[in-house]
Amino acid sequence: MSIFLTKDSKVIVQGITGGEGSKHTARMLAAGTNVVGGVNARKAGTTVTHTDASGAEVELPVFGSVSEAIEKTGADVSVAFVPPAFTKDAVIEAIDAEIGLLVIITEGVPVQDSAEFWAYAQGKKTRIIGPNCPGIITPGEALAGITPANIAGKGPIGLVSKSGTLTYQMMFELRDFGFSTAIGIGGDPIIGTTHIDALEAFENDPETKAIVMIGEIGGDAEEKAAAYIQANVTKPVVGYVAGFTAPEGKTMGHAGAIVSDGAGTAQGKKEALEAAGVKVGKTPSETAALMREILNG
Amino acid sequence: MEYQAKELFAKHGVATTLGKVVTTADEAKAAAEELGGVTVIKAQVKAGGRGKAGGVKIAKTADEAYEHASNILGMEIKGLTVNRVLVTPATPPVEEYYFSFLLDRSNRSYLCIASVEGGVEIEEVAKTNPEAVRQIPIDAGAGVDEAKARAIVEEAKFPAELADQAVAMVQSLWKVFVEEDATLVEVNPLARLEGDKLEALDGKVSLDDNASEVRHAEHEEFVIHEEADPLEAKAKEKGLNYVKLDGEVGIIGNGAGLVMSTLDVVAYAGEKHGSVKPANFLDIGGGASAQVMADGLDVILGDPQVKSVFVNVFGGITSCDAVANGIKGALELLGDNATKPLVVRLDGNNVDEGRAILDELDHPLVTQVDTMDGAADKAAELANG
Repeated sequence: MSIFLTKDSKVIVQGITGGEGSKHTARMLAAGTNVVGGVNARKAGTTVTHTDASGAEVELPVFGSVSEAIEKTGADVSVAFVPPAFTKDAVIEAIDAEIGLLVIITEGVPVQDSAEFWAYAQGKKTRIIGPNCPGIITPGEALAGITPANIAGKGPIGLVSKSGTLTYQMMFELRDFGFSTAIGIGGDPIIGTTHIDALEAFENDPETKAIVMIGEIGGDAEEKAAAYIQANVTKPVVGYVAGFTAPEGKTMGHAGAIVSDGAGTAQGKKEALEAAGVKVGKTPSETAALMREILNG
Repeated sequence: MEYQAKELFAKHGVATTLGKVVTTADEAKAAAEELGGVTVIKAQVKAGGRGKAGGVKIAKTADEAYEHASNILGMEIKGLTVNRVLVTPATPPVEEYYFSFLLDRSNRSYLCIASVEGGVEIEEVAKTNPEAVRQIPIDAGAGVDEAKARAIVEEAKFPAELADQAVAMVQSLWKVFVEEDATLVEVNPLARLEGDKLEALDGKVSLDDNASEVRHAEHEEFVIHEEADPLEAKAKEKGLNYVKLDGEVGIIGNGAGLVMSTLDVVAYAGEKHGSVKPANFLDIGGGASAQVMADGLDVILGDPQVKSVFVNVFGGITSCDAVANGIKGALELLGDNATKPLVVRLDGNNVDEGRAILDELDHPLVTQVDTMDGAADKAAELANG
């Protein structure tokens, strides 16, 4: 078991012919993902050639639209590597085609575009992860995104994080235990899947025994997650929050990572999580040590 | 700044008075003479509370305008130096209201906040009489049409005789919000002037950087270059994601989350080493080429406060050998300009190859430490020397 993504997932790539799309299609295939094709309206009818995990050559069809790709391949997951100016249209196309899971890797999407496609997605069938995220990996089964597949294997830990490199760092710290699924939900002010969505799914996933939750300054997602954990999560949760030293009013790399008018501080988030019974590490390694204690009983 | 917000207001048909922006007291006097009558001299900085700080003064004559402007120009408000003042006709409001559209992160949508009480003292009103401050959710898909604008005006309880004017103003402000890709459009105060005229007396607009990049090249004109920190300006020129902080340990890392975390870990380590602190945030992103590494080091070494540099890279997609070669190349490019000790922690993809490259380089300034905590401790120790 795992959440949102399994070995049975059939994955397409929106923007499969672009530089990033092509590079990561190859990586996803090498990680064992069942990539079944891609989308680029201008190159519909052509194919792209890559190598799969067994070393065999695979020829992937390029379709004119997401709906055509779904019809021809039965795809249920799409990973979007499209430039920020075109992301909104690509997302709406995927929602209209009723793809089950859409992972938006693109960084730099105008926030009003995200607000619009989020409003559009309400009541529809598509779960959105991102934008500005590394995507999701179920080690040993499938990768929909850009997380390096060789950091850690399968195991009992569920991980949800706003940050890509902190996801990698934490997977690396706990690679001897392994992960059920690791999700990078993204560092933008408006994102699809939240900490709470992932916590809920991990709570219901029998394979996940404990959860690491990584947050950072900005917004109130961690505070909301803390309230959710207190009310709904029975599995042990260990937390980490980045950005204690971030000055007020400065965006720290991620568009959403900003402390404004005293709100969204790392200290406030840490306190909210601790009040909900979550053990919070001061550093990534201390956080990993807390998880280690839990799993070693 | 206020005058820039007003330019955007005027562009989209929001009633406002632009006035004149000047940078010297002489120009302020000339502007006051030209406008005639009583004027207001207003400090232009990106900070609230300008009035309380003495940055807003009424001038009855042009000579008074000169005097106020010479006092206000050069003063500091919340750490920001006033380099320009706005001279506008004094239009005393009969009543003051508050109005804003903003991005509502928490609900992943937009919010309208409106109040017919208070105006400038809106925070105070929100505390003492929260019912008077209306928060009206906006559907990001549907936006604000005339009917929605009317509903907002009714809910905010604008006086009936001003309703039509208010509806038009709300629609214009919505245009500012969506057409300029703003994350905040605030009018405070929204004034009722004599003759029942509504006008945006002061305002603030925050623009979305991502949108400015994608579809608003014209927003570049709003960037006030002289106010940027010189190191931040230099970093921006080189396309680096850099924020200057007040500390001694320069930081280079990959990925926003990891770099933020690195700052924290250095600050903790600094507690044991003379309270040294991180000097900056610098995310070099995925591709750590020699040029990017050299540019990053160049900016950081240009910070006179910096005593040591901590390069913290987890090789995810980036491989550590590429980063090590980047460091090697950067040191070659910088030559004698590289003068401060570098603590390097590499982990992840191709870590053995990366560490071997630096071992072989055997550069007198470079120390390798295997863990993030250990490297932070070493960098803090060196900065305290």
